[in-house]
Amino acid sequence: MHEMALAEEVVRIVEETARRSAACVVRTVVLEIGRLSSVEVEALRFCFAAAARGTIAQASALEIIEIPGAGTCRACGATVPMDEMWGECPVCDGGVLQPSAGTEMRVREIDVV
Amino acid sequence: MCTVCGCGAGETKIEGGEREHTHVSPDGTVHTHSHGHDHDHHHHHEPAFGGDLDYGTGPARAHAPGMSQSRMVQVEQDILAKNNAYAAENRRYFDERGIFALNVVSGPGAGKTTLLVRTIELLKDEVAISVVEGDQQTSNDAARIRATGVPALQINTGKGCHLDGHMVGHAIARLRPADGSLFLIENVGNLVCPAAFDLGEHHKVAILSVTEGEDKPLKYPDMFRAADVMLLSKCDLLPHLDFDADLAEANARRVNPDLTVFRVSAARGEGMGAWVDWIAAGLEAQGARRAESVDALKARIAELERQLAAS
Repeated sequence: MHEMALAEEVVRIVEETARRSAACVVRTVVLEIGRLSSVEVEALRFCFAAAARGTIAQASALEIIEIPGAGTCRACGATVPMDEMWGECPVCDGGVLQPSAGTEMRVREIDVV
Repeated sequence: MCTVCGCGAGETKIEGGEREHTHVSPDGTVHTHSHGHDHDHHHHHEPAFGGDLDYGTGPARAHAPGMSQSRMVQVEQDILAKNNAYAAENRRYFDERGIFALNVVSGPGAGKTTLLVRTIELLKDEVAISVVEGDQQTSNDAARIRATGVPALQINTGKGCHLDGHMVGHAIARLRPADGSLFLIENVGNLVCPAAFDLGEHHKVAILSVTEGEDKPLKYPDMFRAADVMLLSKCDLLPHLDFDADLAEANARRVNPDLTVFRVSAARGEGMGAWVDWIAAGLEAQGARRAESVDALKARIAELERQLAAS
């Protein structure tokens, strides 16, 4: 997908937060990435390393918390796990699922010194 | 550069303008220029710590002279928050002026530009139109649009695989679309990345041509979920192809049951009437929304004047 653009945005957010917190070093960056967000986590890691070079986040470890996908059936209202952005409800056998979790792309926190 | 899709930074070029503002220097430093215009930027959460530097407040709460203590700073910020703020500003601009904005997306070669040219020819006598053309390289598409007589601005994204809200904000400033006009954005030919980036449009319009596979909506579900409209294009070729249009439509609706679908042929004009009517209805709704907000504003002014007169 567009992992480089996302990685650059992560670095920008980290730099801004670190500056406001008067941090010298960012040791860890913790992201929450939903499984339905269509972000390729390995590509994001690769891009983060490239985007962080020469910044306060250069030596940071990247911790990615993957959020499982879930959806609500538009027909019967059941909440069921989802592996893809779309799917049919296994409870009522055919209702269309609306993703309700797993689309997140967030910077949760950073560990700074 | 991204190994998956070739996204990169620092190569965006807006036609006739200066280079885009983010640069990656040889040592890898990402440098962002300041801009001449301001955008709202919301931070939903302030960090838990202020500007103090206190080595004694780490997790261990141990004071060890000369030793640094690490601390967690809560961020809780969407990675796309900045893009979404730019997009919201673009949308507000459109809404305040009764402008109807569409973000046209498809894989390369689905016929976006041909479809836009044909759409413009059908509508240009009725409504003012301006067009943003997104491509990695060349200004060929903007030249094709300009040949119809409407203003077009080319944005070259370099290695970038999508337009973003910030680029479109600059394009609006350059094009200055008229009140009550139609604003068409042709995104970079890519069925993946543009799905995630809100540009401030009112609808994403996905184009699927009948020379592609019927299962494309299932293979690239994000885009067909993000879109409100799907144009099944090049339908004049259907008699020559082994393409099941009903199946393609059914697949698209499995991914997005609320999708509005038009079957069109830009070359022959079939189906273009319904599509153009849909745009006209959108323009009318935008005009009505603007009139409503103007009326509300007038009513508020009248009320304030009344209060002023009474006091």
